[in-house]
Amino acid sequence: MIKVEFLGPIGEENLELHANTLSDVATQLQEIETIAPWLSKCAVAVNDQMTSDLSMVLKSGDKVSILPPVCGG
Amino acid sequence: MELYQGALDVPTIFNRWLEEENSFNYGAYIPFVGTIREENGIEALSFDIYEPVLQKWFDAWVEKAEKLGAKVKMAHAIGDVPVHTSSYVSAVFSPKRRVALELIDEFVEDFKANAPIWKYDVINGKRIYAEDRSTPMSGSGLLA
Repeated sequence: MIKVEFLGPIGEENLELHANTLSDVATQLQEIETIAPWLSKCAVAVNDQMTSDLSMVLKSGDKVSILPPVCGG
Repeated sequence: MELYQGALDVPTIFNRWLEEENSFNYGAYIPFVGTIREENGIEALSFDIYEPVLQKWFDAWVEKAEKLGAKVKMAHAIGDVPVHTSSYVSAVFSPKRRVALELIDEFVEDFKANAPIWKYDVINGKRIYAEDRSTPMSGSGLLA
């Protein structure tokens, strides 16, 4: 199982999914009505490392973090 | 990198940083202070931080600065920060001013764009995500 966490203002509970790649995670999140609108403006980290590789292979226990638009300072 | 609950004690942090570095022969010390402005009826701003990714972002900047013989530091607030107080300070130390002046610009701008921190207006005690002032991080839209 892959753990998915939604950071900052997204306000959704963490999920556990079956997924072999980040692409599988994308497909499943796109089907969730409250999460889909966030996806076009969110960045992604796997195990706290930012990534831009949709084909990244995931293994059980990995953590995928969804990071919405930021404004520090 | 330092994180604090609530407003930062700016003079204490800056003085400590100065003392920590005063034996390293840096010729330039450029501090930056971010202060909460009173506007749009807010009583405070509030911040969420995702520390694991923030720490990695900061560590990459430490490494980049080291290659230039410089040092970067930052502190940020978590939770509510009232107007006219500070939520964010950073600084660059370097042997000569040119490197420090350029680095503080890049460091603060990249912080605004890519540090995993979320800002909320606090109005009548309610937290409202400052969506219109927020920026998608590099690589956003991967899962869309």
